[in-house]
Amino acid sequence: MLDKLFNTSNDGILSIKRIKQLLGYPGTERFEKNPVVVIECDQDIPCNPCEDICPERAIAVGTPITNLPSVDTNKCNGCTMCISICPGLCIFVVHKNYNSTESLVYLPYEMLPLPEKGMIVEGCDRKGEPVCKARIERVIKGKKLQKTAVVAVAIPKEYFEIVRAIRF
Amino acid sequence: MKQKEARGIEMRILEHPILDISKDRKKVTIIVDGKNVDAFEGETIASALYASGIKVHRTTAKFKEPRGVFCNKGRCTDCIMKVDGCPNVRTCNTMVRDGMIVESLEGRGEWEHLYE
Amino acid sequence: MNNELVIIGAGPSGLSAAIEASRYGVKVLVIDENDRPGGQLFLQTHKFFGSRHHSAGVRGFQIGYNLLKEAEDQGIELLLGTTVWGIFPDLKVAFSRNTNGNDSVDAKNILIATGALEKAIFFKGWTKPGVMGAGAAQNMMHVYWVLPGEKALIVGAGNVGLIVAYQLAQAGADVIGVIEMLPRVQGYQVHAGKIRRLGIPILTSSTIQEALGDPAVEGARIVRVDEQGKPVQGSELEVACDLICLAVGLKPFDELCWSSGIDMKYMESLGGYVPIHNESMETTKPSVYVAGDVAGVEEANTAMEEGRLAGIAIAQKLEKLPDKEADQLKTEIRQRLEHLRLGTFGEERAKAKEMLVKLNSK
Repeated sequence: MLDKLFNTSNDGILSIKRIKQLLGYPGTERFEKNPVVVIECDQDIPCNPCEDICPERAIAVGTPITNLPSVDTNKCNGCTMCISICPGLCIFVVHKNYNSTESLVYLPYEMLPLPEKGMIVEGCDRKGEPVCKARIERVIKGKKLQKTAVVAVAIPKEYFEIVRAIRF
Repeated sequence: MKQKEARGIEMRILEHPILDISKDRKKVTIIVDGKNVDAFEGETIASALYASGIKVHRTTAKFKEPRGVFCNKGRCTDCIMKVDGCPNVRTCNTMVRDGMIVESLEGRGEWEHLYE
Repeated sequence: MNNELVIIGAGPSGLSAAIEASRYGVKVLVIDENDRPGGQLFLQTHKFFGSRHHSAGVRGFQIGYNLLKEAEDQGIELLLGTTVWGIFPDLKVAFSRNTNGNDSVDAKNILIATGALEKAIFFKGWTKPGVMGAGAAQNMMHVYWVLPGEKALIVGAGNVGLIVAYQLAQAGADVIGVIEMLPRVQGYQVHAGKIRRLGIPILTSSTIQEALGDPAVEGARIVRVDEQGKPVQGSELEVACDLICLAVGLKPFDELCWSSGIDMKYMESLGGYVPIHNESMETTKPSVYVAGDVAGVEEANTAMEEGRLAGIAIAQKLEKLPDKEADQLKTEIRQRLEHLRLGTFGEERAKAKEMLVKLNSK
C-alpha cells in the first residue's frame, strides 16, 4: 500500500509566468529596492481585506470586490501587515537584496511548532518540494495577527521567486 | 514538541495553532464494556471513545458489520450504543457523565427490561 | 407562549435574523437541536473572505462568538437541545426537548434557518468506522479537540475538502492526499495552494472504490475515472489511511420545508431542492420565511445577509419598522448579496436565486 498519494494536477500552483502577469507584480527594478509585496491571487472571489488593511493604501481592489488586487509598488514599504489578513494565505513580501548573497521572503505560517530564529530549515516551492536550505531570520507573532504568524526566511538569491513555504 | 509526540497514544489534541485548548477541563470516568475510560466534562460519548482509540460502537443485526461515528451531528444514528441501560442512544450528541455505563450494541438492543 | 417570530436554527442566518428583528422590538424565540448554538461557524478555523462588512479576515469561530455575544446582549431567548419536528398550518411549532418530552409554541411568523446537511457517496466499505463526513471531522477536532485520524484521505476537492485537509494537517494528522472526481479542483485555487505548499497531494480524475480494513478503516483503494466518471480498469491503487473524510457536497436541510407544504424547486447549483421564496425571503407559505443554506447552499456571509433580510422584512410586517426605512435597509442588503454572488464562483448561484424569486411571483 502506498503511504502517500501523488499529484496529477497543477491546481493551487500559479506558474511564474502567470504571477508575473498579475497587476502590481513588482517589476525587475522594484525588486532591487526595499522589501515589496507579492500577491499571488488570481481568481475573482469577492474579497478585499488586503485593500482595507494596507496602511500605505498601496493595494487597490475597488468595486466590485471580485476585482483582483492591484499594487502600487512605489507606495508599498513591505510592512507585512497584509500577509496575515489574507484569507487565502497567498500574500508574501520579498526582499530580493537582503544581503549580497541572500533574499528574504516573508510568508504566512499557521502550523505547530513555530520555527525559531536562527533555525536552518528547508525552503520549499509552491508544490511543497524542498529546493534549498533556508535560515529563519524573524518570526512575527501577536494578537493582531490572529494566530497567523509571519516568518521571514533567508534563502539564496536565485530562489526569490520560488520559495514560498518552509519545512522542518 | 511536535504535536504527535505531545499526543501520545490518545487521540486528544493538546495544542493547536489556531484554537485555544483549555487545560482545565474536569476529568470524569465512563465505563465502556466494563473498562474505565477517561473523559472530560462537556464532551460527547463519541468523542471520548474516539480519543481512547475506540472506533467500533456496535455491530449490525443482520450482517454483524462494525459501525461507529459517521455524521457526528445526531442525524445518521450509526453511532448508537446502550447508555445507562437504554439502547439505541446516539453517542455523538449525548454528553458524558461521571460513572456513565456505555455498552456496545449487537443488533437492535433490548428494551423490555425498561418496563419491568 | 405566543411569539412574534420563531426562528428554527441558531446558526449564522438564524442568529443574524434574531439580532436584526429584536433590534426593532420583535419578540424572538430561537430554537436549535444542538446543545451549542452557532451552527457550522464553530467548525471553521480559517479566515473568511468578503469585505469588512462581512467580517473578512476574521476566523469562522470568532464570527460565531461575536454573533452569540450580540444575541446575548439583545436578550434573545435561545432554546437549545430542542428539535423542531413540525410546523402546523396554524403556525404552531412543535418540538421535543432532548430530555423533557414534547411541547409547542404558537408563532406569528416563522423563519426556517436549518442550514445544510452533508451529502455522501457510496462505495464498498463506506459504513466502516473511520469513514466520516468532513463536518464530522471538523466537529471532532474543533469542538471536542480530538484528532479523528492519524493518516487522512479526503474525498472531494471543493472548498470543504481543501479546507478540511488543511485543518487536519494543522491538528497534527498526516494528510496523504485529496482526491477529486473531476479533472480539476472545484474549490478556490488559494485553498489548493495552501495545501500544495504543505506538500499535500491532489489527485484529480479519481474516486474511491473501496474502504479497506477490519473492523475499522486501514486503507483505501482509489481508481482513476474517465470524462464520463467511469472507472479506468487497471488504474487502481491502494493507499494506507485510518480516516476517510467525505467532502462531496452539501444539500439544504429542508425536511421542515417539505413537511410544512412550501413549494420546492430542484436547483443543482444550490445543492438540491430549495424552498421557493421572494425577495424578502418569504416562502410560498405566508408568514414562513427561509434564510441561509436551507434556501440554497452558499457561504456564511450570504447566510448572515439573508438572515438580516428576513429579520427586517418580518419587523416591517409586524409594523415595528416603518416601510421607508425597511425598504432602504432591504435594498442595501440585496446589493451586498449581489456583490457576494459575483464572479465565477457565484454566477450560477446568482442565476438560481433570481429564478427562485421569479417562480415565487407566479
